[in-house]
Amino acid sequence: MIALRASFKKLSAKTLIPWSIPLLFILCWQLFGLSPTPVQVLAASVQLIESGELAEYIGVSARRAAIGFAVGGSIGFLLGLGNGLFPIAEKLLDTPVQMIRTIPHLALIPLVIFWFGIGETGKLFLVALGVLFPVYVNTFHGIRTVDPGLIEMGRVYGLRGAKLFWKVIFPGALPSILVGVRYALGVMWISLIVAETIASDSGIGYMATNAREFMQMDVVLLSILLYALLGKLSDVIARLLERRCLRWHPGYND
Amino acid sequence: MKRGRSGICLDVQGVGKAFGSTRVLQGLQLMIPPGEFVAVVGRSGCGKSTLLRLISGLDQPSEGKILLDNQPVTGVHADVRMMFQEARLLPWQRVIDNVQIGIKSESRISAEEVLQLVGLADRAAEWPRVLSGGQRQRVALARALAGEPRLLLLDEPLGALDALTRIEMQQLIEELWLEQKFSAILVTHDVSEAVTLADRVIVLEKGRVALDLPISLPRPRARDHGFAHFERVILDKVMARGTEGVAIVKQRAYSYSV
Repeated sequence: MIALRASFKKLSAKTLIPWSIPLLFILCWQLFGLSPTPVQVLAASVQLIESGELAEYIGVSARRAAIGFAVGGSIGFLLGLGNGLFPIAEKLLDTPVQMIRTIPHLALIPLVIFWFGIGETGKLFLVALGVLFPVYVNTFHGIRTVDPGLIEMGRVYGLRGAKLFWKVIFPGALPSILVGVRYALGVMWISLIVAETIASDSGIGYMATNAREFMQMDVVLLSILLYALLGKLSDVIARLLERRCLRWHPGYND
Repeated sequence: MKRGRSGICLDVQGVGKAFGSTRVLQGLQLMIPPGEFVAVVGRSGCGKSTLLRLISGLDQPSEGKILLDNQPVTGVHADVRMMFQEARLLPWQRVIDNVQIGIKSESRISAEEVLQLVGLADRAAEWPRVLSGGQRQRVALARALAGEPRLLLLDEPLGALDALTRIEMQQLIEELWLEQKFSAILVTHDVSEAVTLADRVIVLEKGRVALDLPISLPRPRARDHGFAHFERVILDKVMARGTEGVAIVKQRAYSYSV
């Protein structure tokens, strides 16, 4: 009985402590009665869940984010790999990439709307563009900063070409690549939020814009909360990925 | 471990190496018969590590040629293995997988067997980050021996270890060399280590062989008069001083390492 209570206590403490400040904050908010109150937001969300709309909005937004991330991430990763491994590629491609990188991509929105209209493509383009650069820079850096001593050791032990890449270069670059992924996830959500706010007919952004038109501040607040939760979720996924891939790393343990 | 292979015969003919305008080696002549253990000593920058890299195929000589069993060196040789000053284990692979890197496809030996040889069979599933420096070098030694090399190149592998671990590793290396009879070249700044392990000690100076001294002591080497005599001869040569008064006082200030 004591053991059960002890393990329950330990579990509660570990999982609850990170949430203690947000929970306290919400409690104070409710107590002060600042409209819209958490209870009102909760009521609005229950309504939306029951009608099935909430699930749909979340699904659409998450899908956009995922596809944009996949496209931008893949391009950024391949570019980073290519430029990292082949000096010729770097000479050719790095300057154009850096030039595009310095343009704040959200400032491109009017241009994007002009080119792609207000449909899916434009939003995906913005998300992909935002995701591309952190992944590119960190992949490139990761490849270039692999311990040259390990590469030399690989050569002495007969590792060449693809084998050298998979055994030495890629795992050595992985910590840096994962940093890029973490950063890109943050940019992904920001890009999505802005893209959805501009012109949307589905997704969380649409829900928020609609609610604004009808002065439904509780729904507006709900949408903000949803973005925050989705951001936290993607961070958790990134953390799990890191834990799995970087078990060997002294810095990512204890 | 089954043996059917003998050491490589190494022939360095008139080898020179320059990095830009700096000549590190010039006109180097060296012959090492199969199975011999040779130590190369010299001051910092005398070119001993460079020589090792040329023999391993990691670098090309600017002039001259290097022959392994009468074949010129054209890059990394499958029968040549190297140990570095750092263990250079892949941190993302467990110990056993690191040793596996050294195993050749036609090999008759397993990674577990080689780990057993260096006494680390029980640490096979660990990550390198939990091992001590000495243990990591032992894994590196296992990895080097896993390929059943005929020439083992040792680039100051014990320099970063503490004195006691160094002695243990020296004994381990000697043991394995006596058993497997590969050729070995040990680059070291430690004259005592050279006299302990080598059949022959080479002193490099100004890019050439300045002294080639066979060590006629029985194995295992005891630190007796004969040992000290050889150490003195070699150290005198490395310090490159004869009977100048100031130099002799300086010599006394240097202590021989453990």
